[in-house]
Amino acid sequence: MNGKGGGQVDDSFPKLLLRNARERPKRPAMRHKNLGIWQSWTWAMVLGEVRAFALGLETLGVRAGDRIAIIGGNRPRLYWTITAAQALGAVPVPVYADAVADEMAYVLEHAGARFAVVQDQEQVDKVLSVAERIGGLNHIVYDEERGLRDYDRTRLHSFASVQDVGRERLRREEGLEARFEESVRAGSGDAVSVILYTSGTTGRSKGVTLTAERCIQAARDTVAFDRLTDRDVALAYLPLAWVGDHYLNYAQAMVAGFCVACPESAETVKQDLKETGPTFYFAPPRVFESLLTSVMIRIEDAGALKRRMFHHFIAVAKRHGEKLLNGESVGLPGRLHYALGRLLVYGPLKNVLGFSRIRVAYTAGEAIGPDLFSFYRSLGINLKQLYGQTEAFLYVTAHADGQIRSDTVGPPMARVDLRIADTGEVQFRSPGMFVGYYKDDEQTRQALTPDGYVKTGDAGFFTEGGQLKIIDRANDVGKLSDGSLFAPKYIENKLKFFPNIKEAVAFGGGRDYVTAFINIDLTAVGNWAERNDVVYGSYQELASLGQVYDMIQANVARTNADLAAEPMMAGAQIRRFLILHKELDPDDGELTRTQKVRRSFVAERYGGLIEALYDGSGERDVATEVTFEDGRKGVIRARVKIRDIEPAPSVFREAAE
Amino acid sequence: MNVAAVRPIQPPEASPAAAPAPEVLLDVRNVSLSFGGVKAISNVSFDIHRGEIRAIIGPNGAGKTSMLNVVNGYYKPQEGEITFRGKTRRRMRPHEAAAQGIARTFQNVALFKGMTTLDNIMSGRSLKMRRGFFWQLLHYGPARAEEIEHRRKVEEIIDFLEIEHIRKTPAGRLPYGLQKRVELGRALAMEPDLLLLDEPMAGMNVEEKEDMCRFVLDVREHFGTTIALIEHDMGVVMDLSDRVVVLDHGVRIADGKPEEVRRNQDVIDAYLGVAH
Repeated sequence: MNGKGGGQVDDSFPKLLLRNARERPKRPAMRHKNLGIWQSWTWAMVLGEVRAFALGLETLGVRAGDRIAIIGGNRPRLYWTITAAQALGAVPVPVYADAVADEMAYVLEHAGARFAVVQDQEQVDKVLSVAERIGGLNHIVYDEERGLRDYDRTRLHSFASVQDVGRERLRREEGLEARFEESVRAGSGDAVSVILYTSGTTGRSKGVTLTAERCIQAARDTVAFDRLTDRDVALAYLPLAWVGDHYLNYAQAMVAGFCVACPESAETVKQDLKETGPTFYFAPPRVFESLLTSVMIRIEDAGALKRRMFHHFIAVAKRHGEKLLNGESVGLPGRLHYALGRLLVYGPLKNVLGFSRIRVAYTAGEAIGPDLFSFYRSLGINLKQLYGQTEAFLYVTAHADGQIRSDTVGPPMARVDLRIADTGEVQFRSPGMFVGYYKDDEQTRQALTPDGYVKTGDAGFFTEGGQLKIIDRANDVGKLSDGSLFAPKYIENKLKFFPNIKEAVAFGGGRDYVTAFINIDLTAVGNWAERNDVVYGSYQELASLGQVYDMIQANVARTNADLAAEPMMAGAQIRRFLILHKELDPDDGELTRTQKVRRSFVAERYGGLIEALYDGSGERDVATEVTFEDGRKGVIRARVKIRDIEPAPSVFREAAE
Repeated sequence: MNVAAVRPIQPPEASPAAAPAPEVLLDVRNVSLSFGGVKAISNVSFDIHRGEIRAIIGPNGAGKTSMLNVVNGYYKPQEGEITFRGKTRRRMRPHEAAAQGIARTFQNVALFKGMTTLDNIMSGRSLKMRRGFFWQLLHYGPARAEEIEHRRKVEEIIDFLEIEHIRKTPAGRLPYGLQKRVELGRALAMEPDLLLLDEPMAGMNVEEKEDMCRFVLDVREHFGTTIALIEHDMGVVMDLSDRVVVLDHGVRIADGKPEEVRRNQDVIDAYLGVAH
């Protein structure tokens, strides 16, 4: 990318804004749907908005080094606030908008925010409710007026009024515009550009401090990697405080000069996606999954002809789609068949999903099922995976176009130094790497190795093609008694990719072999029962049926065969499993509120069943206390059957023995 | 530039609390209504001040909905008179009431099920359309400019009620709580002086009720609309309303501030039942 501006490298975001306003003043920089109509701002207009707001903030008392909390959804004005703060040398601190007041208080206090720029009354109320307690917070600026009419105005200002102050200054003070640009150019790339607080799933959230130059270097690499230009469009719908949004929709947009569209509201994202037709798209796997489910349901409701046409061409896509996308050779009949499918099915389908113009799409965050992944790729959507974290300023690895595998996250990005420690932990050094946790040297030291690599806390290994494969959190990875690697989440994910299996818990650390608890998916298995005239009265009864056990056994055998094909995993195949008599439930403490298995709790609660899995018994009686939704307690009694299953033969295993 | 805060469609003309002598927007005097031999309303009088939220409560069959129907001209009372914005009348037809600035929602949602949210709310603007049927059919020139202006107003209401995501969804496919909100939107599209809400929260869960309460309060703050509502949820009534009139068997048994009404022995008897 063009990194030069006036003979000097643009090493801060406000400098990039000046460059974009100069080099592509008329290109759209931002869109937002307001009152049903998409409004656009060009780069020149964005510069005007940011400048007016920055000068207004300066009058309010913002000085270099101040922290400015930014709280709300994906609104143009909040993005402008980020740049305006940076232009003054202040540090933007985006805060998760759905944080409860206490979490917000912690971040505001820890960051020492003197100013807050927020979206609406809801956020104003939250900030006001904690302002007394934390002190130091001087002024609140809000975007949306609604409901704020009767509020005390001494410390509360509308975004527009702050901009008016800035514009008034521009009119009165001669040469202010030039002085503003000068001070932006004087800014240093070493200065802190942003503090991103981690979501805090593991303890207190930490403030990841990133410097401008490093952020921009990282973004330059990925912009070049995916050949992003100012003709691209992205839809900003991810949380503003999350590194993914700051990277994909702020840093990359600034570097490449592309247009970012802000949805009308959080509920309209699907519709906005269709209307804006982004060329660059990111979504976590569950979004792709729910989209696919909604498509399938609609298709099953469609007429017989449409349904048959859909299934026929999806099968064609499965055969040829991915090969075509990867640039492999496909015979002429196949190509023609696929082209017809594009005309009749893939094109219209992508249009409905808002995926027609996608050039690059990423998914990350958790494992994505191979079928799900290939479904989208076979339609011609260039879906890839990346692996990253806040401390890296997102990218550590990513798939290159044409070299995609559903079970890896790609090779290291350019200039990323990646290694696997002896413990199996993934460690990296990268251009966008953080400089430390804000006001927490102890945590910073713990996160880094003595030679300056960042510890990710994830366990992984390189495949033969040099692609990284993440298997589990490093702490959860154990070993069987024979020394084979045991990565429970890796096995569980493989099981969960089967539609019949809703949840799985694998055991084996320190044991002779691997065993698993299975939760069947009531929708999928219930649907199967209905179609096959299998009668059942309850989840418990369905889960204990022999035929259901047979189906699950086939799934487990398939999982074993997959594991057998991998050198690292072949030793940890499932030998015995059982289907739990009840669904794991957050109300019973078995899952977290975000639906993640609480492994140790489950192991303790069902100790008797685990014992039975390892003592060779064929069944076991259990009584489990359950909590109903209204808080009453009850007991479920059941006789749970256990199945043995032969491990699949593995070349690697034979060789190892 | 274009994201200037939504301007109120109509600024409030008087603050409800500040005015020493509140302006009476609607005055109902000695109204009686009967169907054949059944007396639905007997000699009821009450008034509604501009800018207030006025609740009409009472047990089932007390004559609350009949009272609303009298106010908006659907029923013609045999006796009594009604003064709205200083004009006294014995009878008025519903469309005249609508034209004068009285809008309402219904106990059972009465939307056009096959039409989208947008079109439903747009239909609330039909009284405001100045160009005739022919021009609208042509969709050209002044009629078109007018429609754009109406659409803008409708979009302000959609934004206000936070229903952007269902703009293009047919009303019949919406969950009940949202249908109620769309119906409120259609009534607001008329830019009424007086908004009659017939059990706006019936059949809603707690969360939907809280949302609706907030919207009712926001409507008054934002549009300056005077609101009369019938509601069975006493918590809602006590929180929302400035004054409450209580009917029982077509007779007014109490009228006053929520706390006064709550302590009134007649009201307690009417709700709990006493041995006569």
